[in-house]
Amino acid sequence: MQTILVLTTILYLLSTVGYFLYLFLQREVLHRTGYFLLLAGVLLHTVALVKGAVAAGHLPVKNLHETLSLAGWALAGVFLLVQSRYRIKILGIYAAPLVALVMVFASQIPREATVSENIFGSAWFVIHILSVFIGEAALALAGGVGLLYLIQERAIKRKKRGFFFRRLPSLDLLDTTGYACLVVGFTLLTVGLVTGFVYAKAVWGRFWSWDPKEVWSGITWLLYAVLLHERLTVGWRGRRAAIMAIVGVAVLLFTFFGVNFLFTGHHGQFTRW
Amino acid sequence: MADIVLIGLNHKTAPVELRECIAFNPEQTAEALDGLHQPPQISEVMVISTCNRVEVLMVADDSGICVPLVKRFLADYNRVSLGEFEPSLYVLQNDEAVRHVFRVSASLDSLMVGEPQILGQIKEAYRRATRKKTAGVILNRLLHRSFSVAKRVRSETGIGDHAVSISYAAIALGRKIFGTLEGKKGLLLGAGEMAELAVEHLIRHRVGQVLVANRTFERGMALAERFGGRALRFEEIGDCLKEADIIISSTGASDYVVTRDMVKAVMRSRRNRPLFFIDIAVPRDIDPAINRLTNAYVYDIDDLKGIIEENIEDRQREAVAGERIVDEAVIRFRQWRESLDVVPTIVALRKKMEGIVTEEIERTVGGLNHLSDNDRAAFERMIPSLVNKMLHDPTLFLKGDGCHGDRAVYLDMTRKLFRLDE
Repeated sequence: MQTILVLTTILYLLSTVGYFLYLFLQREVLHRTGYFLLLAGVLLHTVALVKGAVAAGHLPVKNLHETLSLAGWALAGVFLLVQSRYRIKILGIYAAPLVALVMVFASQIPREATVSENIFGSAWFVIHILSVFIGEAALALAGGVGLLYLIQERAIKRKKRGFFFRRLPSLDLLDTTGYACLVVGFTLLTVGLVTGFVYAKAVWGRFWSWDPKEVWSGITWLLYAVLLHERLTVGWRGRRAAIMAIVGVAVLLFTFFGVNFLFTGHHGQFTRW
Repeated sequence: MADIVLIGLNHKTAPVELRECIAFNPEQTAEALDGLHQPPQISEVMVISTCNRVEVLMVADDSGICVPLVKRFLADYNRVSLGEFEPSLYVLQNDEAVRHVFRVSASLDSLMVGEPQILGQIKEAYRRATRKKTAGVILNRLLHRSFSVAKRVRSETGIGDHAVSISYAAIALGRKIFGTLEGKKGLLLGAGEMAELAVEHLIRHRVGQVLVANRTFERGMALAERFGGRALRFEEIGDCLKEADIIISSTGASDYVVTRDMVKAVMRSRRNRPLFFIDIAVPRDIDPAINRLTNAYVYDIDDLKGIIEENIEDRQREAVAGERIVDEAVIRFRQWRESLDVVPTIVALRKKMEGIVTEEIERTVGGLNHLSDNDRAAFERMIPSLVNKMLHDPTLFLKGDGCHGDRAVYLDMTRKLFRLDE
């Protein structure tokens, strides 16, 4: 189990190296290498997760180590899907190192279970966790795409075409990709929150209990809801949408980590060390 | 062995006033080919004449005689005194001439490195020479080699990748903003050669529709008809900013034609779809402050010129890789030419024949078990005499005067006929 995870992490790290070499040398073969290494990593990671789930009898999200690992898996998987649809080769230099970093971070964290077993059994719980994680991975990618958009937009506006101008795709493609990530991420986040309410009702007898993680998830959701609404009504696109997507990632990260360290609540155990 | 000789002048050695005196138009080229092919020492010849160069490429038996002959011909034909242009002429021989032809075809010697027209011009010049039957086996091979060298240089280096004209640079930028220009709407303000060229490029990239606004509506209508677009009154510009995506401006107006407020007003009804302004006019038509609005991009003529300068530097860097491809091709061409010498061809021919005869005799004798050693030796002695007899006449022909001065043709033919190059 641990060996598989170590191997997975190594594959992600190698993929990162491949993408960075691609960034500088611009050889197609490097990009393909990075892509396939990441693909191999995700497949191996899936094996590890399935084995973990079978061994534990439920989704392996008992502690921060396991939740981080799941987050890394979701991020890599969503990136591969986005890549196959939109072909922004350069996005790998954002996704691959991020996934690798998450995995390295995860490996440094103690692995004792901190949550009692009795709350894992429900199908609602599985849907809640998976859709929240995959949704957040898509939103994290939207932030990455937003970052690339800002770099490219700046190059075009300032008329100084530097290192990135040639390497980044068109603004339109970046914007469309960011939007697609946003729609998918927001939809899954919504599903995750709703199933979370249902599940909370089943376990604790109430939909909403002002748990800090719930509150911050609500804030995150509202932020993305505003962004999506503005886009659909007045066509918020380009620079402003990109900045919002990046702010969204910051809030997302705070919801994921920060809340656990600053507040206490019933989500705390999942991501505590 | 005959020499490959190239005599000519180009944009680096001669100013345009001189080049236009020496240049040949198509009819003159035909005449010149006839004239240059007259002397018996010149077995093959072609003339390349473009606005940047005039070159005579020939295969000559005695370059000491032929070079002055060609110089004199250029002077007499164009009625210019030789002294006037002789200092600008370069004379290159063999490897150097071959290298020059390769470099010219690959656009490494062009005024604008990497420009694609030169290859077409060389092909045309070669076609004229073949039509006049002044190109023979060496020039055929040399030119076909040069076409493939040009192709390799273009595909393996980035020599032609970066836009080096204003209109191309603008299109390349547009693609960085919009991804594809397909279905986008173009708007032409005013008229002018460069602006119209840019619109033509847009159409080639399949923009959806072209709108034309001109101070004189009639002129606008004529342009709109040419581009298959729609003419607008100049006062309607504010409105059509709602639908246009790419605006090319080239009016003679002394004030801004499109102001920041005009663009700001339409952004909401455009749902913030990007707007790209290409301002070719001097003084400028488009308020540069528009560039600070989100989703609006303004490039004026100086910005575009800046891009072009960078791109030219890039092309020059790529040209270095092109030179390496040329070097390789020059060496290979020299090897081919050396193979066209009489002795190596005859040696190769003998080797091939001996190989065939030996193999067949061995196979036959091997199957005849009743033969004594003496019998076998007799068969083996037969091999060289058989080959000698068979190759007696061809050898005499290739060595002697049967070739009528154009030995290369027959040597090449022999090599092809017997597949000696494999």
